[in-house]
Amino acid sequence: MSTASTALQLTPLSQWHSQHGARMVDFAGWSMPLQYQSVIQEHHQTRQSVGLFDVSHMGRFFFYGDDVGQWIDGLMTRRIAGVDSGKIRYSLVTNQNGMILDDVLVYHLTSDGPFEPSSADGKDFYMVVVNASNREKLADWFQSAIPAGSDIRLVDRTTETAMIAVQGPQANTIVGGISSINPDALPYYGGKVAKVADHWAIVSRTGYTGEDGCELIVDAQVAKELWEKLMGPAEAVGGGASGLAARDTLRLEAGMPLYGHELSEQINAASTGLGFAINHKGRNFCGDAAIKKMCEQQTEPVRVGLELAGRRPAREGCPVLVDGQKIGALTSGTLSPTLGKTIAMAYLRQEFAAVGTPVEVDIRGKFQAAKVVKLPFYQRPKKE
Amino acid sequence: MESEVKPEELLFAESHEWIHVNDVDGEKIGTIGISAHAVEALSDVVYMELPEVGARVAREESFGEVESVKATSDLFSPVDGEVVEVNTGLPDNLEVLNSDPYGAGWIIKVKLTDDQGLAKLLDHGAYESQCS
Repeated sequence: MSTASTALQLTPLSQWHSQHGARMVDFAGWSMPLQYQSVIQEHHQTRQSVGLFDVSHMGRFFFYGDDVGQWIDGLMTRRIAGVDSGKIRYSLVTNQNGMILDDVLVYHLTSDGPFEPSSADGKDFYMVVVNASNREKLADWFQSAIPAGSDIRLVDRTTETAMIAVQGPQANTIVGGISSINPDALPYYGGKVAKVADHWAIVSRTGYTGEDGCELIVDAQVAKELWEKLMGPAEAVGGGASGLAARDTLRLEAGMPLYGHELSEQINAASTGLGFAINHKGRNFCGDAAIKKMCEQQTEPVRVGLELAGRRPAREGCPVLVDGQKIGALTSGTLSPTLGKTIAMAYLRQEFAAVGTPVEVDIRGKFQAAKVVKLPFYQRPKKE
Repeated sequence: MESEVKPEELLFAESHEWIHVNDVDGEKIGTIGISAHAVEALSDVVYMELPEVGARVAREESFGEVESVKATSDLFSPVDGEVVEVNTGLPDNLEVLNSDPYGAGWIIKVKLTDDQGLAKLLDHGAYESQCS
């Protein structure tokens, strides 16, 4: 079993995780909690009550300047220009060939505290949350795209802040209990600078589990205090800390892609099935022509969900076959704790991607029957 | 009956399998399972892929797989031999790996064709110190 090595980056909560029995793993150069006890239990507590996740390894870039919205719009598959303050957009970042550099959240916020130290309160700013594994690449990508003479500044505040995801049906009540706002009052994919336990925080109604809930970005120094203030009420309702392993099974059930698996520089944005995040209407962005062309050609494999017979999990890389002929491969797979079924995501040739198509998955030499199903595998019950 | 075997009576491979060898009608029959430490490290075992009776197993080679939510791990045979019995109920009753890893959680029984490998295995004390 691996333990945290000195070379790994620590989050402000790493010590708390170790002290609470977490199995720490190297995740993109960070020492992160894979699980505290049981992955399945940490999964269920998030679906049924609330899970607290340390996601401080995610990169947090703050952008300042007068034309950030217009400028960054040209680097995003999703429209950012003209999006009101208080809104957050999921977007892909693609290169000139439409290949995926990262998937990100772009926040447009209005400063109301220390998250914009260099200008007066009431000024707009943007924040982009990127994957830990892509942080350096994306910092270079954004930096090199800033036009000469522009007043746009990128400040990487990953290490001076922490990020805590509070996810599950009880999440917003628990955060609301110690905050100046209840996240329920925010629209879905809305965010605000607010106070949590009297500390400034960016509170957003976002997440990566398929549950309702929120994410908090706070000063690194107050992360442990906030985490512990949330942990008490969470445990009182049957929730608690959940590790990265549960985060992975939760996002997979919710049909959400994971960079390095469903998304990579080898995959064109047109293949992902993330049409909602690609907007060509009346705008241009880096990679747009290549993505458009790929959409029209319809020759690239597409991302699908698979449900397998039996309880044997199939993993990334397993070939998918029809009549003995390879038509694609798995990018993620697990036994779904919520559904009790074996599920996977795969990229398949388009003619085999229709829902209901029977296929076979080659699990290390044994062939398991499977069929294409609609994504997501799991959708949370609608609120009353 | 199997539950009465104590860990101290078992031999362990570095890869976390255990074996208990009995003489049955002049044949050496080894009962093989995985250690409590392995079960804990795997956590959330969801599936096992087991061999058929009659299959040949070889020392330090895979005879099956154990799947947790997160990962697939091979099961390695501590000895050379032939599978004479498989705990076919185990994949549907995986919690006994946690509750009784050295008894009801046994995985296969093997007729040893060569018992030389046994000398390379660890006793319980040596295995425990490897894991600590």
